[in-house]
Amino acid sequence: MNVQQTSLPIQSSATSTPRLAQIGLAIFLGLFVVGVSGFSHIEAIHNAAHDVRHSLAFPCH
Amino acid sequence: MALFRNIVFIAALAGLIAGLTMTAMQYAGTVPLILKAETFEGAAEPAHEHAATPNTAAAPHAHDHDKEEGWAPADGFERSAYTALANVVTAIGFALLLVAASELRGGMSGWRQGIFWGLAGFVVFTLAPGLGLPSELPAMPAAELGQRQIWWVGTALATGIGLALLVFKQSLPLAVLALALIVAPHLVGAPQPESFESPIPEALAHNFVVMASVTSLVFWVVLGGVAGFVRSRAQQMA
Repeated sequence: MNVQQTSLPIQSSATSTPRLAQIGLAIFLGLFVVGVSGFSHIEAIHNAAHDVRHSLAFPCH
Repeated sequence: MALFRNIVFIAALAGLIAGLTMTAMQYAGTVPLILKAETFEGAAEPAHEHAATPNTAAAPHAHDHDKEEGWAPADGFERSAYTALANVVTAIGFALLLVAASELRGGMSGWRQGIFWGLAGFVVFTLAPGLGLPSELPAMPAAELGQRQIWWVGTALATGIGLALLVFKQSLPLAVLALALIVAPHLVGAPQPESFESPIPEALAHNFVVMASVTSLVFWVVLGGVAGFVRSRAQQMA
């Protein structure tokens, strides 16, 4: 797979952490954030995000 | 960690803008319908003549909701503020996934390519799960929450992988596999409620599905478009 077609310029200066690991970390962070806001069973979080969950078609109630 | 920092920066900006846009659209489109549905939630069902159970038809739904007694934002400004906050947070989460996925393919080259990534996000996170589990209003009958969440996540995952195989792999067998992945969750079928009896009028429920889908479409297009734009600008400035 041809992965690196274009890359962000700032990145060329520092390549200490592998590209895939950084992308993986970002995906993990994204899953965590969506998991809390859209899927948490904690009552207070559910109630705070209630209208958003319904509007974005997350399973609710 | 420069790439990670860039992804977070792009996602935060795109999420902020798309989340606030979504909040405005919700207050015009979906929230009035949610508030309307909540008036049905407390009220008993409109007189149903059930021979066996004359008066208890609405009890299960009403009871379900009475359990929700934890903290909740007060209606009005507080509820709106939390809705805006939750929109922005959710949007940043989705943007992180979208931007990170696009970096696997070399990144979004500009706002137009960003919009296509956004459309893919709409298909994966709104359209596919929504086929089996249409956006529902409060008080509508639904299967057990955990099961629906599992089906939702599985469907989004299968659709995402399927879409990526279709678009990025030029191979007929993989295209067939991709289609199978996209179709499979719907053959399995989404968890269904035991009873479909609903206190919500069908027209209201339908209207909500339309509004939720359309606002989500615009949300994803804005999210992808802004992310692509910010990324290309950041690239030019460096």
